Parts: sequence; structure tokens; C-alpha cells
Amino acid sequence: MLFRIIQNCFTFTIRRSSNFVRIFEVGPRDGLQNEKIQVPTSIKIEFINRLSQTGLKYIEVTSFVSPKWIPQMSDHVEVLAGIDRIPDICYSALTPNVQGINKVVSLGKKGVDEVAIFSAASETFSKKNINCSIETSLQRFNDVVKIAHEKNLSVRGSISCTVGCPYEGKIKPSQVVPLVEKLLDMGCYEVALADTIGVGTPKSIYELVKEIQSNDIPSNKLAIHCHDTYG
Amino acid sequence: MCSRIILRRMIQYNILSRKYNSTLSNDNFVRIFEVGPRDGLQNEKIQVPTSIKIEFINRLSQTGLKYIEVTSFVSPKWVPQMSDHVEVLAGIDRIPGICYSALTPNVQGINKVVSLGKKGVDEVAIFSAASETFSKKNINCSIETSLQRFNDVVKIAREKDLPVRGYVSCVVGCPYEGKIKPSQVVPIIKKLLDMGCYEISLGDTIGVGTPKSIYDLLKEIQSNDIPSNKLAIHCHDTYGQAIANITQALDMGIRCIDSSVAGLGGCPYAKGATGNVATEDVIYLLDGLGYETGVDLNRLIDAGQFITEALKRENGSKVARALLCKQQGETKTTVKSNQT
Repeated sequence: MLFRIIQNCFTFTIRRSSNFVRIFEVGPRDGLQNEKIQVPTSIKIEFINRLSQTGLKYIEVTSFVSPKWIPQMSDHVEVLAGIDRIPDICYSALTPNVQGINKVVSLGKKGVDEVAIFSAASETFSKKNINCSIETSLQRFNDVVKIAHEKNLSVRGSISCTVGCPYEGKIKPSQVVPLVEKLLDMGCYEVALADTIGVGTPKSIYELVKEIQSNDIPSNKLAIHCHDTYG
Repeated sequence: MCSRIILRRMIQYNILSRKYNSTLSNDNFVRIFEVGPRDGLQNEKIQVPTSIKIEFINRLSQTGLKYIEVTSFVSPKWVPQMSDHVEVLAGIDRIPGICYSALTPNVQGINKVVSLGKKGVDEVAIFSAASETFSKKNINCSIETSLQRFNDVVKIAREKDLPVRGYVSCVVGCPYEGKIKPSQVVPIIKKLLDMGCYEISLGDTIGVGTPKSIYDLLKEIQSNDIPSNKLAIHCHDTYGQAIANITQALDMGIRCIDSSVAGLGGCPYAKGATGNVATEDVIYLLDGLGYETGVDLNRLIDAGQFITEALKRENGSKVARALLCKQQGETKTTVKSNQT
């Protein structure tokens, strides 16, 4: 109990220190998900174990999605069972729906330390990516968050296409702000803003973050997830 | 005699003014100095046929680029890739409004340029280094000796009304000496400007810089009253920092960027690593930031694809790869379920 208090204080201090930058490593999930080769489970486990030795404190290791949609992540249970659990490292997984979070919960100590949910700032992208509207996705996530919180699991939110969408083109910051607010109100401790197709430049990032900040959303509730598609 | 000198100086000033003032006075305009045909190809392994180089430069001439560094007057023994400098210059189309330049590291080089007359170049370049060891390894002499040589080059160039651009290599880091202090760079810039260079290109030759080192460097330079319109930035992307470094330089008033189409040119000090920042990536950045460049990105991509196919190498520009993939319908941003 005392250790938990101290740990939380340390984490709080780390988050408050403006000279420290937290890295949220998404290679094992967001990275591998987009690789063509089906990576053997043993390789994924070794990969994650090596990442655990680097000083990284947040590692997104897998995703609880249907193997039909994302075969790469079909071994989520085996990966979680196989990885070394280094104290102080937060191992996380995507749980896009109630089935996912329930499965995580059922794994107990072989589960994860936190879960993630993700919306999109573009209606078309939401429908193409997760087969439902933004509004429906938020309702689903609300259910996920409730279950997660009952089990003391932190929830991280992500928003795709915060500056550009492959279908709708340019996304206005005003489309993003309400989503950030809803995810935070729902109980996400942080919201990652993703430039999913890497079309942003410093100017579009400036405009987005400025709009968010002008709506009194503090920076320590935000993360940035940039793709390097356009360098 | 005196009036002749004054008249010559007035003409030189006028030439430079006409060439640059129209662009320099517009703070929203960024000049791109395309170094692909020289700095890019020089670092490529394959010996590129002269006809390919000519076609490549001609395609670049159609993109809106106004400054193209086409070749180098160096010994073929040291840089075989540039041995056909005369043939390249004889073969390229000369588009009015475009400045075709070449490196002339010594008096033999500038004399050869001068002997070519109209088949020569519109301006020449000389390059020093901020690191003594790099200077000795790269051009076989100390910084001081190189500056003396350049002084001779500049004298001849100015007699022939050829503007001279100066380069300083290793402005933030050196493969031999490590970190370079801004205080090492400032005196060299001053000497090159005093010598008569119209502009100094600051080269992060091994790409080790980050926005902070670029900031520290430019701050030191500016605090020594060297104006931004005398400077250009030449970032290598060896450590993936070029776009961020260029953004920093833009924020500090730099309005001339050196780059190489398709990211041509690796790094001789980190075999297999990338080198020059890709012009396409720079144009994408500048468009996004609201700057004008006058460059047509699609034509630029075309020129980059042409030369990378000839070199049988992957296109080093992320923007080119992304847009070409999009066109081919195999977008790298293909949506999969649960894409973040």
C-alpha cells in the first residue's frame, strides 16, 4: 500500500516535470499490426522483453481484437503469458469493446496494467476503421471504461486523424476538441492525438494543440502520436 | 582606373541585387538550393552516365527550382563521379532565371570554369569546415590554408562577375572531433563573407544536430551581427532530424535551404545511413507552414523518380514514396481495423 502511494507520487512528479518526456512505445502493437509478415509469438515475446530493458516505462504490447480482423494480434493471450513483467513498467493493450476488456479482466495477473480505447475525428474513418459512427464508438467505449475502472485498470484514449483523414481530407481542430473532452469525461487519464496518415506539419500541430489548450484541456492530459509518412 | 573599379563594383552589386533582392525581401519566400546533381550524386556508388545527369538536371530545371548545383571542378582522381563536369555543363539546357552553380575548391577549378565562358556556370561555391581535422581529411589542408586558397578563387571569380557561395561543413558536429561549438563556426563565416561570399551555407555534415544545436549555432551567429539573409542551412538527415532542424532554422529567420531531390547522397561517415534531406520533404514542410517556394512538387517527384530509377535505388524522399504509393493505389496508410 505504501509502495503504491510512493509509486503514484513518483509518477505524478514525473508527469509534472516539464523536462521529462514519457515515451509510449507502440511498436509491439501499432507497429507489428502494420507489418506484412506474421510474427511468431516467441519473437514478439523476445522483442517486448528487450524493450523492457531499455528504460521505457509504457509499452503497448497487444490488442484484444478479433483475429479475423487483425491476425497479427491473435496471440494476445500467449504474448501476455510469455513476457517478463518488469516492475514499474506499464504493459498495456487495446480493448476496443466489451468482449476485449472482459477477456483482459479474465486473465487477472496475466493481463495488462492499463487498456486503451480509440476514436477518430473523422466520421468516415471511424466507419471504415471500426465499422461504426463516432457516437456509437463512444458509447461502446463508455461501457469498456466502466468495466476497466471497476477493476482498477487505467484507460488511455486515442483519437485518430486529428489533422487529416485519408477520406475526408483536412480535419479542423474544432472537430477534435469535443472528442478529447468526451474521452476525458468518460475517465481516460490521457488522450493521444494521432496524425494517423502523417500529413501534419508543425503548423497544423500548433493549431490543433492551441485549440485544445484554449478549451482548458491541460497538456498533461495529452500525448502526441505522429506518423512519419511525409517525413 | 578608380572609376572603372567603382563601376565594376556597382555592376556586381546590381547583378546580385537583381538576382536576390526580389526574393530576399519577401519574408514568406524560401529559396531552395538544389544540391542533388552534385552533393547527392557525389555520394552515390554507381557512376552515373553523363547523359543521365544531363536529363536529370534538365528535369530539375522544369520544377521551379532556381538554384541548382550541377557539378564540381575537382580532380577526377578524388571524385570520379564529377569527372564529366565539362560535358555536363555543355549538355544541359540553360533556362533563364535559373542559377547553375558548381564547386570550385581551388584556382585550377575556377580557371577551368572561366575558360568555359557561356558553357560554364552562373556562380561558384567554395567550402571550408569548422573542424580542423575534417578539413585536413576532406581537402588535405588546414582551415587557414583552405581560406587562403579560397581567397584566390574568390578574386578570380569576382573579376569575372561570378558570385561566390561559401559552405562551412561540420557546423554542429564532426566525425572526428565530435561536438563543434558555435564559437568555432562564427570566425569562419565572417572570413568567408569578408572575402566576398554572398551567402554561407551552414552544413550539418553528419546530421547529428537537433533543433537545440541549430538554435545555439544560429543564436551565436546572429549575436555576432551576421544577418540571416547571408545564411543558408544544409541539413543532413542521417539521424532523422533534418526536418525538425530546418523548422528551427526557419523560425530564426533563415530563408534558404539546401536539399537534394529524392534524398540523394548517403553519408560517407556512416556507411549505409541516409544523408541529404530530400527536397520533396522540405517542399512539403514549407507548403504546410505557409511559405512560398515556387517549386512544383509533382515535377520534383518526377525528377527524383527518374534519377532513383537510373541509380537503381530506393527513393529517399518519404513524401515522394507516400504520394507515389497513393497514386498507385497502394497507400502506405491503408486502413486496417483498429488503426491509430
